Amino acid sequence: MVQRKGSTRVSEDAEELVRVPLQAILLADSFAQKFRPITLERPKVLLPLVNVPMIDYTLAWLESAGIEEVFVFCCAHSKQVINYLESSHWFSLPHFEVTTIESHNSVSAGDALRLIYERHVIHGDFVLITGDTVSNMSLTQALQEHKDRRKKDNNAVMTMVIKRSKPSPITHQSRLGTDELFMAIDPYTKQLLYYEDKADHLKGTLSLEKMLLADNPSISLHNDKQDCYIDICSPEVLSIFTDNFDYQHLRRHFIKGLLVDDIMGYKIFTHEIHSNYAARVDNFRSYDTISKDIIQRWTYPLVPDVQFLGNYIAKLERQGMYRASAITSPVDKLNGELTCKLPETEPWSTSEVGSGGVGYIWSICEGGHEEEWRHSVAPTSADKLTEVMQATDDDLELTTQGSNVLLPSGELVPDSNSNLSEDDDNEDSRDDSVYFEKEVEATFLRAVHENVKEDHVILEVNSLRLSYNMTSADCAGALFYSVMKLALETPCNSNSELLKNVASVITRWQKLLKSYLQSMDEEILHLLYEKDILQEDAILKWASEKEGAEESDKVFVKQSEKFIQWLNEASEEDD
Amino acid sequence: MMMDFQVVVLAGGTSKKLVPLVSKEVPKALLPVANRPVLSYVLELLEHSNLKDLIVVVEGQDAALRVGGWISGAYVDRLHVEVAAVPEDVGTAGALRAIAHHLTANDILVVSGDLICDVSPGAVAAAHRRHGAAVTAMLCSVPVSGPLESGSSSGKDKTKKPGCCNIIGLDPTKQFLLYIATGPEIDRDIRVQKSILRAVGQMEIRADLMDAHLYAFKRAVLQEVLDQKDAFQSLQQDVLPYLVRSQLRSELSLNGAPHTEENGHDKVVPGDNQVMLSQLLAKTSTPSFHELYAMGPNGSAPVRRTHKCCVYIASQDKYCARLNSIQAFSDINRDVIGEASHLSGYSFSAQNNIIHPSAELGSKTTVGQNCMLGEGSQLGDKCSVKRSVIGRHCRIGSNVKV
Repeated sequence: MVQRKGSTRVSEDAEELVRVPLQAILLADSFAQKFRPITLERPKVLLPLVNVPMIDYTLAWLESAGIEEVFVFCCAHSKQVINYLESSHWFSLPHFEVTTIESHNSVSAGDALRLIYERHVIHGDFVLITGDTVSNMSLTQALQEHKDRRKKDNNAVMTMVIKRSKPSPITHQSRLGTDELFMAIDPYTKQLLYYEDKADHLKGTLSLEKMLLADNPSISLHNDKQDCYIDICSPEVLSIFTDNFDYQHLRRHFIKGLLVDDIMGYKIFTHEIHSNYAARVDNFRSYDTISKDIIQRWTYPLVPDVQFLGNYIAKLERQGMYRASAITSPVDKLNGELTCKLPETEPWSTSEVGSGGVGYIWSICEGGHEEEWRHSVAPTSADKLTEVMQATDDDLELTTQGSNVLLPSGELVPDSNSNLSEDDDNEDSRDDSVYFEKEVEATFLRAVHENVKEDHVILEVNSLRLSYNMTSADCAGALFYSVMKLALETPCNSNSELLKNVASVITRWQKLLKSYLQSMDEEILHLLYEKDILQEDAILKWASEKEGAEESDKVFVKQSEKFIQWLNEASEEDD
Repeated sequence: MMMDFQVVVLAGGTSKKLVPLVSKEVPKALLPVANRPVLSYVLELLEHSNLKDLIVVVEGQDAALRVGGWISGAYVDRLHVEVAAVPEDVGTAGALRAIAHHLTANDILVVSGDLICDVSPGAVAAAHRRHGAAVTAMLCSVPVSGPLESGSSSGKDKTKKPGCCNIIGLDPTKQFLLYIATGPEIDRDIRVQKSILRAVGQMEIRADLMDAHLYAFKRAVLQEVLDQKDAFQSLQQDVLPYLVRSQLRSELSLNGAPHTEENGHDKVVPGDNQVMLSQLLAKTSTPSFHELYAMGPNGSAPVRRTHKCCVYIASQDKYCARLNSIQAFSDINRDVIGEASHLSGYSFSAQNNIIHPSAELGSKTTVGQNCMLGEGSQLGDKCSVKRSVIGRHCRIGSNVKV
């Protein structure tokens, strides 16, 4: 693999700038499993998009945009990718050098970038894309803006390309099948201030830090932008990834980490494209949408009837049909088989899906099966749409602005429609106790199943108590609850059997309970007393306490009446 | 269009923030700014805009009497003013509740009595009518406040810092108000409702605009909100944010359908020209995001109720300030003599100051630029007055520097 010698570092003087070849990193592994089971055997970047492997679109675009060196990073099915590239003409173009970098144990884009950093092949600003990007934008303006910003401020490490695209108001899904994206951008400097791509349907508001307004006179909040996943990065990006070795995902970790980080002060900027096209094939729905975009010639010159290095030329006929000539194509069913719904589809020759683009494609998606309609290729049915609309209407409630200091506004909270996002503190403490109980139960069950020694369990529960700020009484309660639950779960037929079960369980765990006990209420007091776990005084005290208690509590009192009577007599005897 | 607007001027009472300037004899509305009561600025503005039927609401009986007395003295022929007294400390919303039975027009213009500005209320009213909004607020640039040191180091950069009064969220066309944060909320994180952002697509959030407390309300909306939400005390802090938050999920039963028309079923109230006119205007313009949001799937009949909250942004060259703190008092006095001199209605002398003819100046006394001397004031010898306002009938001894 021949590499061009790295040029000397650029000098400050613009006129005497030594030319650094424009480089790009192409990640040929998307590190996602959205296209399984097809990608169990083939790499995603070699899947055909309108009969041309996806990576060809990306490389063709890079070449036309003026990139001179491309580093293709392969991990999954790397051999297939490397073989394809070597046998294609990409390796033999002048002024366009493609180098493959292979790895076998990278699990994310972060790992890939760290590996490339170690190879020391990147010498200047570079373009970072994945192998499934289709675009026809010109990079000169974006690159120029990036370079100008770098000269003024060294902390401007990345420029993201974004495009206007409003998600569907009903399903909250973009046209490429991704969840809606919220971004905050400074309208003057184009700096990215906030980025949220994970759909959180429970929260009806988004929170922006108030410091954002202190630094920027105005902020533009956007819901109508789409992230094209084309980034122009400075070499610092690679070292940032190396420093933060837990950055895996480009957006969820890297960008969000930089936005939150105040210490280093790195800045991310955006560049918006308007009439050009850029999109990434991320899931099945975007595969369908982008295929249609290509057939409808949004991605000119990357269209089937223009040869962009290596594709089969098809002729454009009426009604958007492309017909390949018999000579160049080894496949003979490329004439558009008109399906009744989409007269301009291009059936795939070797596709597993079949002709046309209409139909359900089942996918192993992260959302589970309820979300299938989001990821399928078919247009969403009307009743599904109304169902979603009704669901959002029910969820959509007036959120009042937090718990206010002013009394009148505070009284806004008990509105008929007020949302649960108020009073975060109360929620938190309630949640905490629930979590705590669950954790104690889980710990205990684990101990039972794995025969952990009591001392270890005590240690674990203690640490849980400290982390959740609970008292020993809470621990005792939670533990006892889990003990009882275990006892209940073992099948039993009668009360006496239950008693026996409980007895056995308690016998085993008596030491555990002992360390946390102060008071209890159950009818098994007698047993506990016998096991010297519980003290006489405690029981008596509890009984007297409960005399003033409600009816439900009194149930226990009644049941243990006999026992208490006996206790009283016993204590009298002792005295 | 000026017809059918009723104007309510909230003149307050004795404000706690302005002690010791205010007192029992001088309620806030009568505080002198450039030797004129501050209320006179509002009244002049309304008179210029041809709004002559006013209700002035004052807190406290004594203050009401004094204000009423002054108004009847000064404006007896020019304006028709009803002075209404409300109990103290009810807040602006409470004040409106108290006079609710006086309100009859379709739209109400609510002005704060301590507002000094030269923006025509007619413009705000027009914006309100054009969109058929439930509420329209006027926003102005935040005034810079703080003392001007006459010998500051860098001449260009005066050490004035604009304070932050509101955080405002606007739509891209700058016509609709999507988010407002006032008071203590501005110190917290900005929480934007996703539903509003989704409906409009793009929202601009700014901290350099201020709510000028000049509102145009639809009367039905105002009365409904005041009736339903008893706990609301302040227009600026409770009512307006509530209306802005709930604009896409309106709980108001506005008389009449939402603003889109259903095909062929126009719900036009017969014989009401104003309503017809505004509905016509609404139909001819492109549907706002409210209407689009309200529609059902495939653009069918409206399924959700929305109401609009519009804004009118005063242009940069207009002056707008509120007299709500002692610092503001000094600033406004200086401004009215200086930059905003067109408001004061006085003419300047050759030395760029206003000296009343009956004022007496001692020997070797200088009065600098941008100063004002009221009638009957007497200054001793060797005094110098710079950038200040001297009231009426003041007597200043010798060798005094003001």
